[in-house]
Amino acid sequence: MSRKYETIIGLEVHVQLATESKIFCNCSTDFGAEPNKHTCPVCLGLPGTLPVLNKKVVDYAIMAGLALNCNINSYSKFDRKNYFYPDLPKAYQISQSDYPICENGYIEIDTEEGTKKIGITRIHMEEDAGKLVHEGSIDQATASLVDYNRTGIPLIEIVSAPDIRTPSEARAYLTQLKQILQYIGVSDCNMEEGSLRCDANVSIRPVGQKEFGTKTELKNMNSFRAVERALEYEVERQRKILEEGGEIIQETRTWDESLNKTISMRTKEEAADYRYFPDPNLPPLNVDRDWVERIKSSLPELPREKRERFVREYALPEYDAGVLTDSRELADYFEACVKEYSDAKAVSNWIMGDFLRLLKEENLEIAEVKMTPAHLSGMLKLMDEGVISSKIAKTVFEEMFKTGKAPEQIVEEKGLKQISDAGQLEEIVLKVIEANPSVVEDIKSGKDKAIGFLVGQVMKETRGKANPGMVNQIIREKIESL
Amino acid sequence: MELCDLTIHELREKLENKEVTAADVLDSFLRRIEAVEEKVKAYVTITADEARERISSDLQGSLAGIPLALKDNISTEGIRTTCSSKMLENYIPPYNATVVEKLNEEGAVILGKTNLDEFAMGGTTGFSAFHETRNPWNLEHVPGGSSGGSAAAVAAGEAAAALGTDTGGSIRQPAAFCGLVGLKPTYGTVSRYGLLAYANSLDQIGPITRDVEDAALLLNVITGHDPKDSTSVQMEQADYTAFLKEDLAGMRIALPKEYYELDYNPEVKESVLAAVKKMEAEGAVVEEVSIPSIEHSVAVYYILATGEASSNLACYDGVRFGYRSKTAGNVAEMFRNTRSEAFGEEVKRRILFGTYILSAEAYEDYYVKAQKVRTLLIKEIEDVFKNYDLIVTPTTPETAFKAGAITDPLESYKMDAFTVPVNLAGIPAITIPCGFSSANLPIGIQIMGPRFGEGKLIQAAYSLEKILQLGNKRPELEVR
Ligand SMILES: [Zn+2]
Repeated sequence: MSRKYETIIGLEVHVQLATESKIFCNCSTDFGAEPNKHTCPVCLGLPGTLPVLNKKVVDYAIMAGLALNCNINSYSKFDRKNYFYPDLPKAYQISQSDYPICENGYIEIDTEEGTKKIGITRIHMEEDAGKLVHEGSIDQATASLVDYNRTGIPLIEIVSAPDIRTPSEARAYLTQLKQILQYIGVSDCNMEEGSLRCDANVSIRPVGQKEFGTKTELKNMNSFRAVERALEYEVERQRKILEEGGEIIQETRTWDESLNKTISMRTKEEAADYRYFPDPNLPPLNVDRDWVERIKSSLPELPREKRERFVREYALPEYDAGVLTDSRELADYFEACVKEYSDAKAVSNWIMGDFLRLLKEENLEIAEVKMTPAHLSGMLKLMDEGVISSKIAKTVFEEMFKTGKAPEQIVEEKGLKQISDAGQLEEIVLKVIEANPSVVEDIKSGKDKAIGFLVGQVMKETRGKANPGMVNQIIREKIESL
Repeated sequence: MELCDLTIHELREKLENKEVTAADVLDSFLRRIEAVEEKVKAYVTITADEARERISSDLQGSLAGIPLALKDNISTEGIRTTCSSKMLENYIPPYNATVVEKLNEEGAVILGKTNLDEFAMGGTTGFSAFHETRNPWNLEHVPGGSSGGSAAAVAAGEAAAALGTDTGGSIRQPAAFCGLVGLKPTYGTVSRYGLLAYANSLDQIGPITRDVEDAALLLNVITGHDPKDSTSVQMEQADYTAFLKEDLAGMRIALPKEYYELDYNPEVKESVLAAVKKMEAEGAVVEEVSIPSIEHSVAVYYILATGEASSNLACYDGVRFGYRSKTAGNVAEMFRNTRSEAFGEEVKRRILFGTYILSAEAYEDYYVKAQKVRTLLIKEIEDVFKNYDLIVTPTTPETAFKAGAITDPLESYKMDAFTVPVNLAGIPAITIPCGFSSANLPIGIQIMGPRFGEGKLIQAAYSLEKILQLGNKRPELEVR
């Protein structure tokens, strides 16, 4: 982006809440069931049925609001958004229009210039629509089928302030948002299953200009990467138009992943009038202080707080703290280890290194890992006690990770116990000295580093089990006494 | 009198004393239906087989063996529920409305589903997509509406009592036209679950009966909190029959002067005022009051009701149930053609009106303003109830008119003037017969009470009913 223009981005994120039942009926929210299995007269919108609000949805919306630093409104209400579409059974979506449950929050993101606050204008609750299945491509299909399993799954829409200035900030915002929502457990934020969807509003304006430029709305971006790329494309498209003296049209554009470009869907003139009005079937929602306090006290520590605490409490580098707090599960694993083994940096090194490597290689979730935190701290204690060397530890670690066996058992079964018997080591050292006279000469003449070679030879003889400290000591003694 | 001309409590007594069996009772009603239905046309669907099947088991409860009719906008599992619309001509719901469950639990026998103005929009039952229902007191006249089928069935002895629905007077106006008792309960006391909505903030299910005692009996059955309806109020189960006592002494009655200054059928006005005089003679205190906003009620009502209706009726799109156009080439056409072909004229008129009301351009000027007037009206009515127990008005400005006599929609909307404020304020009201016109058509008097004031309402209506002694009069239908 040239310095001539400034980019203004606002994001609207729809998140499916991880409640067990739907927002206005008792149907299950399970993903992947056979079509129309999770439906009832209410979510099918059969005439005469009425919505009853699932209080758990309100709990989750409040949780999200608190985690995103919002005010929780004591008064909010539900409105109908009216439009015709086959996947919308009642021909209106129950949403919240002018009185949403949460307002005026923010998220902190890390940018090259440091921490930046991105405002959150509002969070509101609404119901999801169903899914159309076309026979063949949408243009050629002679019939479409509708799956209403998704109808009535609770959503929150999180609307950011127009505070985002670059596509990469947009991505950072989404990453941070997803992390927070996963931390508090209100959503799995799985973009592939559609539980997190993002639309973007973007405009550019000459640097120094106060008024916003004309914005376009971008839809159909299926990954954070796609959001970033679509925004990059759109900013560039708008810049070219302005530089060529053209005018931006206010419109909705769809991101075409295969063409790598945004394509016009509809202009402002074609936009629907949703005829919002309060849903007479649902009384206004009153959330009192007690309700908010109850949720507040149940809220877990959030990622940024946890990161700062890890630096403070465990004297970890910022980088380590960031990696370890990436997910709540990983942070919990780390802390469980540190509880039994106080050298936090040593634990951190193992988790950031071999643990995450193996996790990725085996494609596992942390919950699926067989090795317990007690195993890891147990292994570290065995190292301290000299029972195993750091080299052997790597073997033990991998074995623990794959089998879930205790470190002591692995050492025992595989005969990996470190050789710390001085007599036994002396014998091997003498053999090595005898076999490498020239190296011994080098050491005598002051090339101290050459000792490492002899140590390596001893390790080789013992298949890594020799206590390296003792070996070093014995070699020095023997050479001096020669 | 035959069994089918008796009230619920009279039938109950005969059944309990084993003077008659449930089969005797049912036969009497089915014979009457056989004899007069061709002329009255009260029903859309008659469920005689299901009714016979039902009385073959040992029915228990306060309505055991009592044959009742349901307005055909109340959802019945396995029995088609049409709203008297081509749109739902073949729609068979998979679930029962809460009121239907309650009637079933008390042993009631459902005789069938009664005709209405399509989707409860109208006051004559002439806007049914299937057929017009006629008034048993004079077959050339309308029974009123939209619960005209329910009222006509009860008046003709085709059901002992019926449930109707009342959004702006749809229980009370036909009850008055047919010489019956009709009660619109406080909003939130009867579950709306399974009532095919016209206007959710105004709709309420209620009884149409031959006397006040029957209204109290049915009210006992159908009221109560329903977790399936978020607007249903938490309340203790009341026994409304406890208010069946003759006592008007000290009861404070308000007459809104705005209504008595209006120009309408003098026979109606005189009959109502004569009834009020008799109440006064029994110790009631009658005074004139002013409810200034009440004159805007009809305008406010049509704005809010049609606004809600335009959204409620959007679900009839041909996708999942009901009528679907066969001439559509794509989805948009399917929506358009389905709705164009299957909705009647009055329904389309109200949907269009309501769609405009909710549009971005009109919303503030109409919908928001109407809500404000509604709030004001509620306050004015609440203020009256600070000093008075009841408000008394005519139920309708006219008696039942000839079918086809009123064709201008605006003229017909004015007929709702006395009934709509009740729905706007969410209060209860009852109509009972207070006399007959020179043409031998029934005249109704309306008694309104404060929210949850059904008890006083019933007491006053019951007392007046005893004073007037019109209870045994039945229409003389030519019987085949
Ligand atoms: Zn459901």
